[in-house]
Amino acid sequence: MSQETTAAAELRAIINKWKDVEGSLVMMLHSVQDKLGYVPRETAMVISKETGIPLAKIYEVLTFYHFFKLNPPAKCQIAVCTGTACYLKGAPELLKEIEKCTGVKEGESSPDGKYSVAGLRCIGCCGLSPVISINGKIHGQVKPSQIKAILAEAEKAEVSHE
Amino acid sequence: MNNLVNEINDKFKKQYSKVNNRIVICGGTGCIAGGSMQVYKAFQEEYKKRGLDYCVEITDSCREKSTYISKSGCQGFCAQGPLVSVGDIFYTKVKPEDVEEIVERTVLKGEVVERLLYVNPVDGEHCKTLNDIPFYKKQHRILLADCGKINPEDINEYIGHGGYFGLKKALEVGPEAVIAEMKQSGLRGRGGGGFPVWLKWDLTRKPQSKEKYMICNGDEGDPGAYMDRSLLEGNPHSVVEGMIIAGFAIGASRGLFYIRAEYPLAIERVQKAIDACYKTGILGKNIMGSGFDYDLEIRYGAGAFVCGEETALIASIEGNRGTPRPKPPFPATKGLWGKPTAINNVETLANVPYIMTKGGKWYSEMGSGKSTGTKVFAMTGKAKNTGLIEVPMGITIREVVYDIGGGPLKGDEVKAVQTGGPSGGVIDPKHFDMPITYESLQEIGSIMGSGGLIVMDETDCMVDIAKFYLEFCVDESCGKCAPCRIGGYQLLSILNKITNGTAKEGDLDKLEQISKAMQKASLCALGQTAPNPVLSTIKFFRDEYEAHIKEKRCPTGKCTQLVSYSIGSGCIGCGACKRACPVGAISGEPRSKHSIDPKKCIKCGQCFNVCKFNAVKKG
Repeated sequence: MSQETTAAAELRAIINKWKDVEGSLVMMLHSVQDKLGYVPRETAMVISKETGIPLAKIYEVLTFYHFFKLNPPAKCQIAVCTGTACYLKGAPELLKEIEKCTGVKEGESSPDGKYSVAGLRCIGCCGLSPVISINGKIHGQVKPSQIKAILAEAEKAEVSHE
Repeated sequence: MNNLVNEINDKFKKQYSKVNNRIVICGGTGCIAGGSMQVYKAFQEEYKKRGLDYCVEITDSCREKSTYISKSGCQGFCAQGPLVSVGDIFYTKVKPEDVEEIVERTVLKGEVVERLLYVNPVDGEHCKTLNDIPFYKKQHRILLADCGKINPEDINEYIGHGGYFGLKKALEVGPEAVIAEMKQSGLRGRGGGGFPVWLKWDLTRKPQSKEKYMICNGDEGDPGAYMDRSLLEGNPHSVVEGMIIAGFAIGASRGLFYIRAEYPLAIERVQKAIDACYKTGILGKNIMGSGFDYDLEIRYGAGAFVCGEETALIASIEGNRGTPRPKPPFPATKGLWGKPTAINNVETLANVPYIMTKGGKWYSEMGSGKSTGTKVFAMTGKAKNTGLIEVPMGITIREVVYDIGGGPLKGDEVKAVQTGGPSGGVIDPKHFDMPITYESLQEIGSIMGSGGLIVMDETDCMVDIAKFYLEFCVDESCGKCAPCRIGGYQLLSILNKITNGTAKEGDLDKLEQISKAMQKASLCALGQTAPNPVLSTIKFFRDEYEAHIKEKRCPTGKCTQLVSYSIGSGCIGCGACKRACPVGAISGEPRSKHSIDPKKCIKCGQCFNVCKFNAVKKG
């Protein structure tokens, strides 16, 4: 089976699972993003066609919630917690340092798709503040001087992963 | 009624009696981030290497005199993690490399590894057990005690510690008696509002309806708070049990957890707990032979702070944008899919099983006045000890910050404490001796909130803090009503002017006017409470606002656009600042005092950071 048809079959499975459950649009979109890392427009159109939910309604929901992404994720997803505890303990300085190292500002991605930098609401590790997460791995009590090394380590992990 | 839980409890105790030692590794998010799961594995490998008996789950196959190596939920002392206890001995900051020594000396010889003990920063004492540590001494841990003890992924262990006996009792005495017990306990909503739990249940019980729903609000969005996350991850069965009892009391046949998608571990553990309940016969049809049918499922939140508001939360579960609607009708009469619905917060529900087993009277004896029981706080920010704490209601802020928190990280004084997150306010030191109750906090312009407690010191600018919270609320406003959408934006632009030095006299009055309008006219609690951080900082730290506006000066130096740098006495002419300055604003001959040209200076602060002699002054 070619790759596209597998993806189509997976999408069908997700739609079938939630189609007849009341108020399941949010859960359906969660499942899609879990698989693909974002919700592509084509997928939203298929969901609309299959469930009868207007595309406008799907986008209303997608754009309302911060969690949903409309663009493919970068290879190295950097998230800096900007919850109160992290903010007080130096999150703004970390964002500055990350911008210096990667050239990417908060809320943006590098054009080559290598880095994305996001400010994140509290991830619940306040005892370790300030906290950053790279591709889901959490680093606690981070100092600006450590950013370079953390990024290098993440890149190495990414290469060995491939 | 059958004796399901008694049988499991007996069986567990019998199996557990074979184990003669227990090692608990904290499996809370903070400790996992610090590498506690590697420590957990290292213990198992060390036992294997030495040929010692151990088990990671209590089952029939546990050998006599083996060691139980288990994970626990969050133990609270996150900044000192990973935490490991061997019997009573409590080790902090444990790394996989330390495991060999712990097994060799503590497990086999009964000695203490001094270097891994917590050292009290005040007197330099080594603390051998958890109860020797000042951070734990003044706490009154009920919910968190089990959270740091029980393996969150093992239903048998939960039942072995008395779990689901509260549910059994509830099913025996009937819904009215459950509500009466809640009334006697005085339990109030821990999400922040403080609405009496019994009344909410009673109001939802009364309407006649074929279907009713029970919802658990696990959309903990307050930045700087993680109590609910820790409970869901650390003792999911206590919340599940609370959900079943609540559903039984209001006459629901279905309950839904609404949990933030940002908390994947919490979702995983609650799902495991629900699955285990179905398997055991504690969920589904005819629970424990009582004739009561009840189903539980999880719905995910998707990162919208406003969904903590109950009508917005309902809209989100229904698959829509999470925007609130005017009340009445209240959810108790018209909630999820138009049916009567009760919504309680995670911590509230976690209290319910304890009240059912130990009685409402026992619960009501803790606390102060109309605020009974305990409250879990996430103490963060500039205190020496930060982490998750549980204290009796009525304790003073001073006791929390100085006795449990160990005082400020640097310096002698805590400048302020903030409770209630973006909906709360700051409290100045003059009020630190006030007992923490729902009423007292509200009286001085803050709220209990869900339990964020942030300690601030002299380097924190109060205008900047107000701006930080307001940015959050403006970002999270759903935009449905004008007072919140427009008012928040206007407040923020005035605060921006104050912090960049372009504010005029009279702007403070404007802030207060807009704030009051938002409090009165906003549709939901988000907009009504968004001005609280602004009003409370003005109330207690008006001089700081005035310094920004009249003197164009930020007393803490936090607002970079108002800061000016100069080089004072103490400069030895090392040239470090001159080399660091990116715009060449610093001049001076080697070994003589340097100076900064204010016209060239871009206020980046590099000179201040590199100076080793504290000669660069910020002001």
